Amino acid sequence: MTQIIFYIFGAMLLLSATMVVVIKNPIHAALFLVLSFFSSAAVWLLLNAEFLAIALVLVYVGAVMVLFLFVVMMLDINLATLREGFARYFPLGIIIALLMVIAMGMVVGSDYFASDTYKQISISATQSNTKLLGLAIYTDYLYQFEIAGAILLVAIIAAISLSMSKSKITKSTHPNEQVLAKKEDRLRVVKMKSEEKKG
Amino acid sequence: MLETLYHLISQYILLPLTLFVIPVDYQIEAMIFLQTTIKIFAIIIPVLITVAYFTYAERKVIGFIQGRIGPNRVGLFGFRLWGLGQPIADAVKLIVKEIVIPLNANRTLFVIAPILSLAPALAAWAVIPFDDTKVLADINAGLLYVLALTSLAVYGVIIAGWASNSKYAFLGAMRSAAQIVAYEIAMGFALVGVLIAAGSLNLGEIVNAQAGSVVHWFWLPLLPLFVIYFISGVAETNRAPFDVAEGESEIVAGFHVEYSGMAFSVFFMAEYANMILIAVLSALLFFGGWLSPFQGIIYLEDFFSWVPGMFWLLAKTSIFMFLFLWFRATFPRYRYDQIMRLGWKVFIPITIVWLVIVSALVVTNIPPWFS
Amino acid sequence: MNKIKHYLNSLFLLELMRGLYLTGSHLFKRKITVQYPEEKTPQSHRFRGLHALRRYPNGEERCIACKLCEAVCPANAITIASEAREDGSRRTTQYDIDLTKCIFCGFCEESCPVDSIVETRIFEYHGEKRGDLLLTKSQLLEIGDKFEKDIAADRHEDAKFR
Repeated sequence: MTQIIFYIFGAMLLLSATMVVVIKNPIHAALFLVLSFFSSAAVWLLLNAEFLAIALVLVYVGAVMVLFLFVVMMLDINLATLREGFARYFPLGIIIALLMVIAMGMVVGSDYFASDTYKQISISATQSNTKLLGLAIYTDYLYQFEIAGAILLVAIIAAISLSMSKSKITKSTHPNEQVLAKKEDRLRVVKMKSEEKKG
Repeated sequence: MLETLYHLISQYILLPLTLFVIPVDYQIEAMIFLQTTIKIFAIIIPVLITVAYFTYAERKVIGFIQGRIGPNRVGLFGFRLWGLGQPIADAVKLIVKEIVIPLNANRTLFVIAPILSLAPALAAWAVIPFDDTKVLADINAGLLYVLALTSLAVYGVIIAGWASNSKYAFLGAMRSAAQIVAYEIAMGFALVGVLIAAGSLNLGEIVNAQAGSVVHWFWLPLLPLFVIYFISGVAETNRAPFDVAEGESEIVAGFHVEYSGMAFSVFFMAEYANMILIAVLSALLFFGGWLSPFQGIIYLEDFFSWVPGMFWLLAKTSIFMFLFLWFRATFPRYRYDQIMRLGWKVFIPITIVWLVIVSALVVTNIPPWFS
Repeated sequence: MNKIKHYLNSLFLLELMRGLYLTGSHLFKRKITVQYPEEKTPQSHRFRGLHALRRYPNGEERCIACKLCEAVCPANAITIASEAREDGSRRTTQYDIDLTKCIFCGFCEESCPVDSIVETRIFEYHGEKRGDLLLTKSQLLEIGDKFEKDIAADRHEDAKFR
C-alpha cells in the first residue's frame, strides 16, 4: 500500500518537475512547480517526516510560490523572445547542467554526507518529530541555526531599507496618519442666527 | 447515536462486503479503507449541510440587523417554515444553471480553480477533534497541517483570477494573493502562541491542555493572539470587512466574475466551509473545544455532565460563525492599503511581542494556566 | 496625549465594539418588512397609479379634447385627436396613453379643467405582450366606469385642498 502511494507521488514529482522545465507558459511552469513541491511533501510524509513535509507545503507552496505566481502573472512575458536564443545557448546550458550534476554527485557522495557520520534518529509515527527536530536544532545545531536566522534578518532589513529610501518622490498616502484624522480636526460646526426678513 | 450507527454500518454492511468480495490478503486494508471513507463522509456531509444553512443564516441575521426579516418564502413540503427550503432551492438553481466558460479563458485551470479552493477547506477537517475520541486523523502536527491547508486556499483564488482572462478577476486575484500572504504570517504567529502555551501541535492535546475551567482556557492568557487570529481568519477567508478580493462595489465580484452555475457555487461553498473551519479552530484553540464551560463550578459541572462534548464544541463554533455574520453586517470594507498596514505593521508586531510574554509566562509557570 | 488615547482606543477595538453594539441591538428591534401580497402599506387618496377617463353621472364623457394634458405631459405619453360631434360639441376620437412612457407625475390630472383624466390608486397591473400597456380611449373609459365610485370618493376627499 505504502509502496503504491510512493510510486504514484514519485511519478507525479518527476513528471511535474520535468514539466516545469519543458512547458512554455511560465504560469503553467510555476503551477507545475507547486505540484512538484506538493508531491515531494507527500513523499516526505511517507518517510514519517511530517514536520518537514507540512513546512514545505506551508512555506513554499503557501507563501513563496504565491508571491512567485503574483510576479509572473504581473509580467507580460513574451514567449517568442524567450525562445529566440535557445539554440545558441543550448551547448552552454548542457555544460553547466553537467557541471552541476558532477558537483552535486561529489557533494552528496562525499564523507560529509555519508550515512555513518550521523546517528540515525529512529522515527516512528507515534513520536512527534517536530519535538525531535526542535531539540536537535536548538541544542546540537544552535549556532548554525542562529547564524542562518541572522543572515535572514540582515536580508529583511536590507530589503526594507531599499524599499523605504526617502529620495523617491511618490504620491503614496500614509494610512497610519490618515487613521489618526478625527472629525474634530477637519470639521467646524458654525452656529449662525437665521436671517430675518427685512422690511 | 452516531457511534452506534457507525458500528452498525461497519458490522452489517462493510464486514460482509469485504469478507465476500475482497481477496483474503487485502481484507484488513480494504476494511480500514472503507471505514475511513465512511468517517470522511460522516464529516463532510454535515459540513456541506452546515454550509448550505449557513448561507441561509447569513441572510437571516443580516436581514434582522438591517430591520428586515430575510428569506421566508421557500418552505418544505408545502409549509413555509421561515424559508428553511431556501438553501435547497438555491442549490437546485445553481446545479441546473449552465457553466459558462469564457472564450479566451484557460479552460483547464478555469475548471480546476473552484476545486482547488474547496478541496483544502474540506481536507482540513481531517484533523479536527470533535470529542476526546472522535477525530479522523490524530496526527502530531495537526495545527501545522491546518495552517498549511488554509494557506493553500489562495491558489483557487489566484488561478481563477488568472484563468478567467478578465481584468476584474485578475485584480481580485492579485488583491487576495497579497492579502492572504500578509495575514497568514500573523495567523501563524498567533498559532505559535497556542503551540507554546499547550506544548503540542496535536489539536486534541491542545484542548486537553486547557482543561480546568473557563479561566483555564487559552483565550485569557492569549487574548491578543485570539483577537488577531480571528481577525486574520476573517481576512484569510476574504470576508467583510476584508472582502476586497470580491469587492462587489469596486471590481464587480473579483476573482469569480466569470464563474456561473455550479462552478460559482463551489467557490461559495469553499468560502463558507473556510469560515466554519476558522470558527471551529477558534473554539478548539482558544475556547477549550469540547470542554464544558461549567467545568470546575461545583454544582453546574455535575448538572451538565450528561451533555456530550461535541455539543459544547458545536455551540462555541456557532458563536464564532455568528460573529462572522455580525462583522459583515457592521463594518464597511477596508481600504486596500489599510488592510496591508494592519496586517504587516500592526498584527505582526503585536503577535511577536505577545509571543515573548507567553514564553515568559510558560517559563515562570504562572498559574492557573502553566503551573 | 491625544495620540496615546487614539492608540489605546484602537488597540482595544473600542470603536469597533461600539459599532458591533449598535448593529447587535438592531438584531432584536422590530422588523419593518411588509409581507407584500398579504400585507400592504397604507395608500394616500392622492396616489398616482393607473389612468382612467371619467364620465358625468348622466353618462356623458367629461373630456372636451382641450389637449391641455397632452401639452403638459413631460414624457409625451398622451396622444389626442379630436373632431366635432354631430351635436356640435368637441370630443376626442382618439385618446391614447402609453404607460411605458408615462412617469406618473400627475400633471395631466392637475391640468384637466373638467376632472376627466385622473390617476387611480391601482398599481397592480401588467401587460403580457407588446402593446398591452398602450391604453386607448375605450380602455381608459372602461377603467373609469369600473372604479368611478372610488375615484369620486378620492376626489371628494381631496376637494378641500384644491
